[in-house]
Amino acid sequence: MIETYVNLSLVAVYSALAVYALAFVAFTFDFSRRTAARQQQPAAVPARVGQIASLEANPLDPSEKPGSAADAAATGGGYGSRWARVGLALTVIGWLLHVSGTVLRGLASGGRVPWANMFEFTLTATALIIGVFLALQFWQDLRFVGAYVTGFVVLFLGVGTVNFYVDAIPLPPALQSAWLVIHVFVASLATAFLGLGAALSALQLVQARRAARAGAGGVLNNLPVAEKLENMAYRLNLVGFVFWTFTVMAGAIWAERAWGRYWGWDTKEVWSFIIWVIFAGYIHARATRGWRGSRSAWLAIIGFSAVIFNFTIVNLYFKGLHAYSGL
Amino acid sequence: MDSSRPSDHIDAPAVPPPVNQPKLDGLGYLRFFWRQLTSMRTALLLLLLLAIAAIPGSLVPQRSADPNGVIQFRDTNPELFGVLDTLQVFDTYTSVWFSSIYLLLFVSLIGCVIPRTRHHLQALRTAPPKTPARLERLAGFTSTGIADWSAEGGIEEARKLLKRQGYRTRLHSSGAERSVSAERGYLRETGNLVFHSALVGILVTVGVGGGFGYTGQKIVVEGQSLTNVLAGYDTFNPGRFFTPDDLVPYSLKLDEFTAVYEEENRGAYGMPIDYTAAVTTRLPGDEPREQRVKVNEPLAIGETNVYLLGNGYAPWVTVRDGDGNVAFSQPVVFRPQDSNLTSVGVIKVPDALPEQLGMIGFFYPTQCDRTLCPEQLFSVHADLLDPTLTLEVYTGDLGLDAGVAQSEYSLDPSGLTQVAGRDADSPGLLLKLGDTVELPDGLGSVELVSAPRFAAFDIHHDPTQAWVLAFSILILGGLLTGLFVPRRRVWVKAVQAEGGTRFEYAGLARGEDPGLDDAVADLAQKHSQQLGLRLNS
Repeated sequence: MIETYVNLSLVAVYSALAVYALAFVAFTFDFSRRTAARQQQPAAVPARVGQIASLEANPLDPSEKPGSAADAAATGGGYGSRWARVGLALTVIGWLLHVSGTVLRGLASGGRVPWANMFEFTLTATALIIGVFLALQFWQDLRFVGAYVTGFVVLFLGVGTVNFYVDAIPLPPALQSAWLVIHVFVASLATAFLGLGAALSALQLVQARRAARAGAGGVLNNLPVAEKLENMAYRLNLVGFVFWTFTVMAGAIWAERAWGRYWGWDTKEVWSFIIWVIFAGYIHARATRGWRGSRSAWLAIIGFSAVIFNFTIVNLYFKGLHAYSGL
Repeated sequence: MDSSRPSDHIDAPAVPPPVNQPKLDGLGYLRFFWRQLTSMRTALLLLLLLAIAAIPGSLVPQRSADPNGVIQFRDTNPELFGVLDTLQVFDTYTSVWFSSIYLLLFVSLIGCVIPRTRHHLQALRTAPPKTPARLERLAGFTSTGIADWSAEGGIEEARKLLKRQGYRTRLHSSGAERSVSAERGYLRETGNLVFHSALVGILVTVGVGGGFGYTGQKIVVEGQSLTNVLAGYDTFNPGRFFTPDDLVPYSLKLDEFTAVYEEENRGAYGMPIDYTAAVTTRLPGDEPREQRVKVNEPLAIGETNVYLLGNGYAPWVTVRDGDGNVAFSQPVVFRPQDSNLTSVGVIKVPDALPEQLGMIGFFYPTQCDRTLCPEQLFSVHADLLDPTLTLEVYTGDLGLDAGVAQSEYSLDPSGLTQVAGRDADSPGLLLKLGDTVELPDGLGSVELVSAPRFAAFDIHHDPTQAWVLAFSILILGGLLTGLFVPRRRVWVKAVQAEGGTRFEYAGLARGEDPGLDDAVADLAQKHSQQLGLRLNS
């Protein structure tokens, strides 16, 4: 029974990988079309104090509101080529396979949560990243980061499945806690939000540089302008930061139950602290004159790099109490 | 906008630097320094510095978390160790440099929070400010068509609407103009201040309260007890303000230690899936109680928590000397070396005659089948499926009477003579459970009586826990409200025009507020509908 589930799970995960790879190709075509330069529309949208341009435009249908098409195009919000639609559809299919694979893995391990070793963390965290990416489409059209998201997930899920694979085994006593469910799940969720935030921040840097080079009235592309990207990135990073705060707190409570102290500067705790402080810095930068814009974007990118470092290098090479990679 | 904010806050008014800097006196310098310290830029810089300063502690073993790692580091890199130790890198999180960064950060934070708290308390008692003369410059500006409505009546409706939406309102009139100004989201600043104050709370709690705590470790073999008194511990780490009177002298007896191993899943065969320590506790003057301690389930007793952090075997060995007298008979704690509990231990028999006996032993709970692994003995399962004890035996003076402290886990073979083992004429001893084996040269015999388990308990008393938890909840709550509750001002103005009255709507964000436009549009929609007016688009 266990082996059947394990095999089914792996089939689903490998299929998801293939479908994500196709989605990545489609999103990349879409992205290359978006970045093809075009002349600026003469109808510039007047910016008012505190205004965020065209948040209300339905991202999936730019022609829904008369007059909003030009507006949406200027911010890149409503633009979507056929490739973007194909990419999103493939991502949905890949995600359904991915989630099935993850659930089967949980069943294979005796009905426990499928995030108790490095392979399973990767499986669940990447499923959450795609899940959050898809869910956010209802809020904002973010298909322009589809190539980044699917590329990232193919890379991590691929490495996780091929290099970090371990057999489905029951939980050791140290992990038998309700906090495993809460702490690791919220950490993965935080990773998803911070990852998407970092993508938007990176794109913000590109757009800011492009705008600076083009000067006033220069060329634009079918991507949101830097300021809009910054606002979106900020909101995602805020959510990610709150989740991360919760992760650290839940981790501290669990550490007290399991190891007898809520904080002990274990390597994983140190890096979680570093990540928290970087994003606290990011939020302050946003409110500091001279640090808004590109500088704070860099902080968001560094912060997410620290998250990835914490997940990979710290898990695999640093000595500490969080030795659950199973490798 | 807010005089209470640091001058380089994004919402603070931009002040051009004075061209002629006045000469600063002592107080002036102090004020200048204070302003610098409490500026946003300094806070940001200190935050980033704190992140960087925390890194070395993850690269190099820390005395607090991994003392053995520090010793290992010293042995392998003695020169580098000296340099790093001078820089306090092995105590990163209590080092002078790390402490000074976070202390400066907290001074900066307090310097920022106090004036803002004062300002906020004032703002909470102040009505919203006057309506600006020209609303059309502000966010979300909308107006209605002209209609025959009384200005007072329309504004009163707007005020009711705003009140229902949680705004604090104030009516204004100047000439024929009537307006209502409204503000909401005071909770944003409250949350912000609570968040920052709670951070200070954690720092103070840990700094002061940590001194009243203590931790102790004790290895207890099945059938034995620990007592919560200073002498009852193997190791004990008191806080700065600890006194032995703080200990509640309860006792805890380990009745039975049960380990369960996986048997069905072949990929995980033999993996531990449960550890349970059944204990009998007794508080002074109380009846004994049967309780249990598990991993992830500490036992709370006598102002302490008892944690189960390790386990292993303590083979019960009986040694008879050459005269046939029992010279030694007790369980000996063997230290686990791998996940299958291959364990190492030392047996010291100072009372043996004619000479003292010392033994270095390996215990294998399930010895690998010799046909499968002829080269070397090791354990293939952590449970007692085929328990085997091997011993190398020495004679001579164990040096126990020299007054030099010795570890009960090590035996220094220099000065001793090996009588059974690799370097002796007789081979080492091999005992199964219940076996008695004769020592060479009529020195006596060794019997493996039984193989009871031991549990390694950590006993912690930490008075900061509840406080830190409370502050953490405040931090999370403060963060949620401070980041996501929008603070905004909204105005509705009735303007007299030819043929009637026109209503205007506009808002102003105070801090991040991506939903402001929608909020103003929604208000305009509701209000104009109520009045039966059409909005100009």
